[in-house]
Amino acid sequence: MMKKASILMIIGPLFLLGLYVFPLWNIMLGAPQYPEPLGMNIYIDGIKGVSEFDIQNIDGLNHYIGMRTLPKPEDMWEFSTFPWVIGAMVALGVMIGLLGFFEKVSYKWFMGWFVLMSILGVLGMYDFNAWMVDYGTNLDPNAIMKLTNADGTPVSYKPPLFGHVKMLNFDVTSLPSTGAWLMFVGMMTTLIAFFMGKKAWQPKGEAGAVSPIKVKSNDQ
Amino acid sequence: MKNLNYLICILIGLGITLSSCNQSQKTNGALASSAAEKVYVAPGEQDEFYAFLSGGYSGNLTVYGLPSGRMFKEIPVFSQFPTSGYGYSEETKPMLNTSFGFVPWDDLHHPDISQTNGELDGRWIFVNGNNTPRIARVSLSTFETEEIIEVPNSAGNHSSSFITENTEYVVAGTRFSVPVPQRDMPINEYKGNFKGALSFISVAPDNGRLNLEFQVLMPGFNYDLSHPGRGKSHGWFFFSTYNTEEANSLLEVMASQNDKDFIAAVNWKKIEEYVKNGGGTKMPANYAHNVYDEETHTGTSTMIKEVVTVDPTQVPGSLYFLPTPKSPHGCDVNPTGQYIIGSGKLSADITVHSFDKMIAAIEGEKFDGEAYGIPILKFEEVLAGTVKSGGLGPLHTEFDDKGNAYTTFFISSEVVKWKVGTWEVVDRKPTYYSVGHLMIPGGNSRKPFGKYVVAMNKITKDRYLPTGPEMEHSAQIYDISGEKMELIYDFPTHGEPHYAAGCPAELLASKSKKIYRLDENKHKYATIGPDDARVERDGNEVHIYMSTIRSHFTPDNIEGIKVGDKVYFHITNHEQDFDVPHGFTIIGQGTSEILVMPGQTKTSLWEPKKVGVWPFYCTDFCSALHQEMQGYIRVSPANSNIDLSWSLGE
Repeated sequence: MMKKASILMIIGPLFLLGLYVFPLWNIMLGAPQYPEPLGMNIYIDGIKGVSEFDIQNIDGLNHYIGMRTLPKPEDMWEFSTFPWVIGAMVALGVMIGLLGFFEKVSYKWFMGWFVLMSILGVLGMYDFNAWMVDYGTNLDPNAIMKLTNADGTPVSYKPPLFGHVKMLNFDVTSLPSTGAWLMFVGMMTTLIAFFMGKKAWQPKGEAGAVSPIKVKSNDQ
Repeated sequence: MKNLNYLICILIGLGITLSSCNQSQKTNGALASSAAEKVYVAPGEQDEFYAFLSGGYSGNLTVYGLPSGRMFKEIPVFSQFPTSGYGYSEETKPMLNTSFGFVPWDDLHHPDISQTNGELDGRWIFVNGNNTPRIARVSLSTFETEEIIEVPNSAGNHSSSFITENTEYVVAGTRFSVPVPQRDMPINEYKGNFKGALSFISVAPDNGRLNLEFQVLMPGFNYDLSHPGRGKSHGWFFFSTYNTEEANSLLEVMASQNDKDFIAAVNWKKIEEYVKNGGGTKMPANYAHNVYDEETHTGTSTMIKEVVTVDPTQVPGSLYFLPTPKSPHGCDVNPTGQYIIGSGKLSADITVHSFDKMIAAIEGEKFDGEAYGIPILKFEEVLAGTVKSGGLGPLHTEFDDKGNAYTTFFISSEVVKWKVGTWEVVDRKPTYYSVGHLMIPGGNSRKPFGKYVVAMNKITKDRYLPTGPEMEHSAQIYDISGEKMELIYDFPTHGEPHYAAGCPAELLASKSKKIYRLDENKHKYATIGPDDARVERDGNEVHIYMSTIRSHFTPDNIEGIKVGDKVYFHITNHEQDFDVPHGFTIIGQGTSEILVMPGQTKTSLWEPKKVGVWPFYCTDFCSALHQEMQGYIRVSPANSNIDLSWSLGE
C-alpha cells in the first residue's frame, strides 16, 4: 500500500511539468467590436497572445487608458524564477516519492511537499494579484482617456484574479488554464498519496495511535 | 362494390380539386411567409453561399450572399476604384496598363471559379474585360485582383473567361473578328480576310500565374459564348457563333439570314499537343501582363512581344462545326459533359447536341460540307433533342444536381425548367424583367448545388421605389429544391451582371485573409518600424516613409517640400488587427484617397502646386481618436532652401 502511495507521490509532481507547456492562467477580453475576443495566456515564463497578434492589439487598446505595455519575459523576475521553482518542486516531490517507495521516509513527507507547494502557490497568486493591481492602477498621467469613478477616484483596470468583470466596453474573464488544472490534479494526487500512505502505515506500528484520524478509522 | 370505389375516387378527386382551389386562393400569403423564412438570414447568422456577380460596365466584380441577396463587397478589377485607391495608387496603376496605354475601365463579363476534377475548388475566380480584351484572376483568399493579362488579336473579348475542368486553361474567345495581325484595310473586305482568335491561357497550378499558350485563328465569325467539356468531353471546348454570314454592317439584319449558325467544337488537347511538338506560328504581338504581388503589395506590368497562333486546318481532328439554329447565344454543357446546349436567341426552342453522337458522327464522317476547310457535322447526326419550350429567346442554361436544366428566356422574360434527356418542360416562372444570365452555385461544373437559382435581368426596369431614369438592375432568387421553382426574393445588382458564379460558403469563409503580416511586407518603400519613418529627397522627387497606427501618422509634421516636387507618400499600416485600415489623403490630391490594410504599404503621389501649410488626414474612421489622426506638410516656393525635416510629437 505504501508502495502504491509512493508511486502516486512520484506521479503527482510530474503533472506540474505541464506548466512548461500549458498556460497557468487565461484572461479573455471581449467587446461588441471584438466578436472574436482578444486573449492572453499567462505561462510560468511569460505572457503570450491567444491569437498571434493579441498582445500587440491589447497593448494598442491599453494605450488609450495609459496602461503600460504587457511585460515581456525579461521585464519581470517572476518569469525567470518560476520555471526554476517549479522544476525544484517537481524534483523534490519525485525524490520524496522514491524515498517513500523504498521506505526511507514516511508518508508525512508527502503532506510536507503538499503544504510547501500550497504555500508557494498562494504566494504566486498573491504576487500575480499585486502585479495586476499595479498594472491596472498605475496609469500614465498623460493618458488619452482619464476615467474616474462616481467618487472622483480613478477607475482601476485591474483584471479580476478569478471570474468576470465588465470593464468599460470589455467583458474581462480571468480563469485558471490547463497548466493550473494539471497542477491541481498533481497536488491532489500527492494528497491522495498522503492519505493512502497514512492508511498503509497504521497496521504496521502503534506510532500513530494517538492520531484522531486513526481513532476514527478504528471506530469504523 | 365497384360503384362504391368509383364514388370514393370521385369524392377524393373532388376533394383534391377543392383543396387545390383553396390553396391557390391563399397562395400569396402562405408563399410570402415561407419565402421570407427561406431568405431571412438572421443578424449574426451567415449565408449559405457566396455569389460573385459580374458588374458589367462598372468594370468590377460584386460579392453577394445567398439566399439573403446582401452585397458584401465590390472587388475592383478593371476600373479605378476610389474607395480603396485601386488604379490610383502607385502600386495598382500598373494593373490597368495595356498596349493602348493606361485603360482605367472595362466591361466585366463572365466570372468562373477555379475547378479541380470538374468541381469548384475556390482558389481563384477569373473574369474577362470585354472591351479592351483582358482576363483577370482574382484571389479568393484576399478577394483582390492579382493578375490581368491582355489578349492580343482579340476584339470584344466575349466568349470568355471559362475554365477547363482542372483549371488547365482559362479560355478567351473574340466576339468581333478583326484583321490578324491588325492592319489598315477596307472594312468591306472583311469576308474571308478577318479572323477570330480563340485564346488558351494556361493557369499555373501553384500560384495561378497566367500565360497565353496559343491562339486558334478561326474563320471570321462572331464567337459569342463558350463552355468547357467536362467528364467524358473533357479536352473539348465549345463556342457558339453568329454572323457566319460574315457581314460587316447592319448585322441586326445581315447576320440573321442563315437558318443555322454553328457551335464550334475545339479539341484543345489535340492543339495543345501540336503546339508542344513545335506546331503553330510565332507571330509578333504586343500585350500587357500585369501581376500584383501580395508580399511587395505592388503590381508590375510587362509587355509581351510574341504569341503562338494555330491554323486549326493544320491540326486534323481539332475542330468541327455543329449546325445550331438561329444565332445561338448560350453554349452550355451539362454536369456529365454529355450534352451541349445551344440557345438560338431568335428561336422558341433549345437545341441540345450529344457529345457521344458528335464523336460517332466524326468517326463516321457524317459531314454536311465544310467552311474554310473545317468539317460541318450533319445536324441530325449530332442532335440529341429539342426542348419545345413555348418561350421565346432562350439565352443561357444552368444545371442542378438532379438532372434538370434551367434556361433563361429574354424575350418572354422567364426561367424554364426542363429535364435533361427527356427534354420535357417541367416548370416556368416569370422574371422581372427580361432575364439574361442565371446562376446556380456550381451550375457550370460537374457538381452543382441545386438549391437556388439567381436570375439576373437585362432590363433595368424593376419593381422597387423609382430612382429616376437611371437605376440598377434587378435579380430574382428562386428556390429550386422542389419540383416547382418558387420565387423567394428580389434584389438589386450593381452594374449589369453578365453571368455569375457561386459556391458554398464553407469553401471560402475559413480561408479568407484578415490582415497582411507586417513581417512579410516586402514593399520597396515599406516602413517596418516607426523608427524607419523618414523623408528622402532625390532631385524633385520626395519619398515619405510614413507609418500609421491608432491614431497617428509617423511623422505628422513635414517641412522642406517645394512647389513642383513629386511627393510620394508611402504609407505602411502597422496594425495587425482585423478591420483596422487607415486611409490617407491630402488637400488638392489629384487622384483618390488610399485605404491601407493592416500590414500593407500603399503609395499616394501628390504634386503640390501652391505654397502653404497643407493638412493630410486619415480617411477611414479608425478609433475614437480618428479625428485626431492628421498632420501638416509645409510647401515652400520652388527656389527656397529650407531643409527637409520631419517629426512626431515635438
